[in-house]
Amino acid sequence: MSGIATQKRDKIDALAATAATDEGGVSLIVDAFRRLARNPVAIVGAAIVLLFVLLAIFAPLIAPKDPTVRYLIDEIRQNTPLPPRPGFPLGTDENGRDLLSRLIVGSRQSLIVGVMATLIGLVAGMIIGGIAGALGGWVDTILMRFTDILLSVPSLLLAISIAALAARPSQWTVIIAVAIVSVPIFARLLRGSMLAQRNTDHVLAARALGVRENTIVFRHMLPNSLSPVIVQATLTLATSIIDAAALSFLGLGDPDPNRAEWGSMLGEGSRVYFDVRPEMAIYPGLAIVIVALGFTLLGESLREALDPKNRR
Amino acid sequence: MALLDVRDLKVNFTRRGSAPFAAVDGVTFSVEPGQTVGLVGESGCGKSVTSLAIMGLLPKTGVDVTGQVMFDGTDLLRLSDREMRDRRGRDIGMIFQDPLSSLNPVVPIGVQVTEVLERHRNMKGKAAKTEAEGLLKSVGIPDPKRRLSEYPHQLSGGMRQRALIASALACRPRLLIADEPTTALDVTIQAQILALLRRLVEEMGTALIMITHDLGVVAGLCDEVNVLYAGRVVENSDRHRLFADPRHPYTHGLLGSVPRLDSDRGEPLPAIRGSVNDNIPWQAGCAFAPRCENAINHCVEETPTLENDGLRLLRCFNPVVPAEQGAKV
Repeated sequence: MSGIATQKRDKIDALAATAATDEGGVSLIVDAFRRLARNPVAIVGAAIVLLFVLLAIFAPLIAPKDPTVRYLIDEIRQNTPLPPRPGFPLGTDENGRDLLSRLIVGSRQSLIVGVMATLIGLVAGMIIGGIAGALGGWVDTILMRFTDILLSVPSLLLAISIAALAARPSQWTVIIAVAIVSVPIFARLLRGSMLAQRNTDHVLAARALGVRENTIVFRHMLPNSLSPVIVQATLTLATSIIDAAALSFLGLGDPDPNRAEWGSMLGEGSRVYFDVRPEMAIYPGLAIVIVALGFTLLGESLREALDPKNRR
Repeated sequence: MALLDVRDLKVNFTRRGSAPFAAVDGVTFSVEPGQTVGLVGESGCGKSVTSLAIMGLLPKTGVDVTGQVMFDGTDLLRLSDREMRDRRGRDIGMIFQDPLSSLNPVVPIGVQVTEVLERHRNMKGKAAKTEAEGLLKSVGIPDPKRRLSEYPHQLSGGMRQRALIASALACRPRLLIADEPTTALDVTIQAQILALLRRLVEEMGTALIMITHDLGVVAGLCDEVNVLYAGRVVENSDRHRLFADPRHPYTHGLLGSVPRLDSDRGEPLPAIRGSVNDNIPWQAGCAFAPRCENAINHCVEETPTLENDGLRLLRCFNPVVPAEQGAKV
């Protein structure tokens, strides 16, 4: 087993262990929200996330121009992007398309890929981790060795390999590649906290009442194991957006040139036009950083809020 | 015939690479309907393991349970998992030490009580809810209707233990095992819970196994007491005799180490020297010998057996003689 895998695995297991000491579930969530609302870091994170989501949803209405139309193609000389001018506040790209509109519409791509990849990773990871944690024994051993293998490959490298395997790169190959990377993390996290729940007094007490194994897993173990998974999902949104942008940056994303996507915009901007118009790389780069920062701040403060050690 | 008859119960914890550890080493006792039997001893003497073995709640791997646990004519140790699961909660109930951690924090109290009714009495929806309300009321929870929808952390310690008792009693089990039910509660609540248990035993004729290290609880509740040491019963007698006339040096030491109102101020509290770590294995003599005030050479040469002297069962070569006791109980 490689050092990275062991390190990652231990980190995930340590996170999962925090769930075992959890008290007061549903109220814990109400309580967590109350503390979240008082935390300025959480508010900043939530504000960024909310702004980003609204921007993505209403992008076509907000964008001043159509991001696919080559408005100023006639003025482009030697493929050089144009500087800002009235009607084009950030200038245009090398095809004469409005840069601001492309940035705004690009938020959709990031949101869709981030959310879909996280959802798929979450569901797949929870199924694997849930089965491993509920059944234990050799099933657990086999599933966890499988996740260890995935964990032993650095996450971006794994995503690149998977995306590169796809015969026809598209938005979905990016989503799948990024999702697969997050599966072992969710699986190990849920499995760890389910195993911790297995040894709790209330599970023993439920057993002593003759409660069926199914009920014990779904009513007594699973709901008490969710909080580290929820936190991880928020943080994974950030890494998924970054990973997806990285894949597009490397040209492994959707090949459709009309599709506005931050990662490929950053790629183009930095590789070809950085000397003439560095803003072309800086703006999408900043957008990625800010959005990822928003999700990370929200996720970290959610973790803090859900940590039972921080309760009154 | 007794409702529960535990015969030569042995629980060995086996771990690869180390010698098996006998947590319970041949425990025998029985409980009649309406009777309260105490299992007393310090931490690590095998009280809780005994109760978990009776309930079939010990892990399947790494634990070796032998002997007989006859419940109403059937040996519980021979039952399949499914048969045992049908009996748990229906025929045998159990109450645990820490009421907060024994309740699921994310599920309302009502669900935790009705789930037993659904499981064993086929009650559903409104009927189960009404029954649960009645149960909470019967264990002395005020405003039971409101409590049904509340979460464990919204209840006080005593309320939680009452709710647990309510779910343990939901199917009117014939045997109730209480594993230190008052340890986590403060003294006034302890008294209320004990009174509640006593009432249940009297009204419903439930057989009760009371596991405790609190001799006050024993004095207040138990008809018959088994004193456990290192996984074996060292003395068994009825409550009055145990307090008035303890014969085993360990029992004597336990009773002596309870603070008394009539002892002189500044007089140090007597304690049993050493700890359970000083035990010798039963095979090599009496496990208590290294800590015993009365130990004689014979104690480390031969293993004492549990002898019936007509008044009690006693496992000791050199018991405390009544005159030596001094203290009146």
